[in-house]
Amino acid sequence: MKVVVDMTKCQDHGQCVFAAPDVFQLDTDGHLTYVSDPDDALRDEVEEAADVCPLQAIRIED
Amino acid sequence: MSGRIVVAGASMAGLRAAEQLRAAGWTGAITLVGDEPHMPYNRPPLSKEVLAGKAPFESLAFRPRASVADVEWRLGRTAVAARLDERTVQLDGGEALAYDGLVVATGMRPRRLRCPGPLAGRHTVRTLADAQGLREALTRPGARVVVVGAGFIGCEVAATAVGLDVAEVIVVDPLPLPMVGPLGELLARALLKRHEERGVQFRLGTGVQGFEGDRTVTGVVLDDGSVVPADVVVESVGSIANTEWLDGNGLDLTDGVLTDELLRVGGRPEVGAVGDVARFPNARYDGVPRRVEHWSIPTDTAKQAAKALVAHLVGGGETEPAPFAPLPTFWSDQHDFRLQSFGAPALGLADVRILDGDADGDVLAGYHTGGRLVGVVALGGPGVASAAARYRAELLKQPALTA
Repeated sequence: MKVVVDMTKCQDHGQCVFAAPDVFQLDTDGHLTYVSDPDDALRDEVEEAADVCPLQAIRIED
Repeated sequence: MSGRIVVAGASMAGLRAAEQLRAAGWTGAITLVGDEPHMPYNRPPLSKEVLAGKAPFESLAFRPRASVADVEWRLGRTAVAARLDERTVQLDGGEALAYDGLVVATGMRPRRLRCPGPLAGRHTVRTLADAQGLREALTRPGARVVVVGAGFIGCEVAATAVGLDVAEVIVVDPLPLPMVGPLGELLARALLKRHEERGVQFRLGTGVQGFEGDRTVTGVVLDDGSVVPADVVVESVGSIANTEWLDGNGLDLTDGVLTDELLRVGGRPEVGAVGDVARFPNARYDGVPRRVEHWSIPTDTAKQAAKALVAHLVGGGETEPAPFAPLPTFWSDQHDFRLQSFGAPALGLADVRILDGDADGDVLAGYHTGGRLVGVVALGGPGVASAAARYRAELLKQPALTA
């Protein structure tokens, strides 16, 4: 699975971190970092993360 | 699988309902009916980036999941009546849609002030068309702006407006402080100070008696008879549930659509409600049914409602679903700061404590009931929002409050 976050939209709300902590994290400055090719077993939580992003900045490709 | 689920409402709640119906295993037909001409879009930027001219429509549109590529969209159409006993929904123009399952997702509309005066020049912010119309008015140089109502939308619009080339922005509210209902006095006072430091003016503790002007608003008349000159008025005085189309079916529609803990309506397993029109009990708190106008609620309610509805329609719902207990969360971006909340601060307004920082800078407030933390609100920059997030786990672990 390929995950793309539009970093021009992201405003570091961190809702994705709650939904999919294995894929999304906030660094010590509070900025988003993420795994762009997570295991397919994490699809449900990545979909959840995409749903709850207030900026709708997370896209799942394939 | 045969049969059709009609989703009345094609905004975020309607879209999430359709996606979650698919996720719950519904492979039959789905028809969404929405009164706006647009595909579902994200509303929070309407009072901020859209007004500031920083977000074109394409950037607001949701990307529907692939699973709903085959659903039928009836856009620019309104559900005007329903006969739940006969399982039909009537659209404007007379067409009736028969359904096996129905999802109520018709949302809210802005409440309007009924006091006398002209209508032209008075705006609300709910739809894209509203926001585009308001932006046009706000970008006329030298506009004098009066915002009636110091809640979420009023405060956000005021903050955005002072960043534009307007002459002045004045917020009017009968309460003594902005957003004092959801925030309580301590943070509301800090919020007021921040707005004033950034150029927003306030007339608090007064309502609006009427509007001056012949065809277009030229002023706002306050309770004491004084007049605040205005070229642009924004009415942000709450909202009204779009439930009239459900009248005549014996439902409790006193404030939105009353549901049970599975979001079912009127004891009918084939009818559910989602989003801010649903008045549902939250097992996390006191079980009192409430409508919740937070952005996260359409997604939370759609999941629960879709599972229950699909289990009823196709069977296989042997296991009782977990109690519905979403953790409320809201945010609001104003000027250069953010309000970020987790839990239910409104249930702990009588016991507010500063958990971190101080009211003049970045501050994190905790709201308590019976000595127990029930909600947190951060006001400030990213650091304090992260601090709020650290309390989220604690709030999630709390046992249910009992009535």
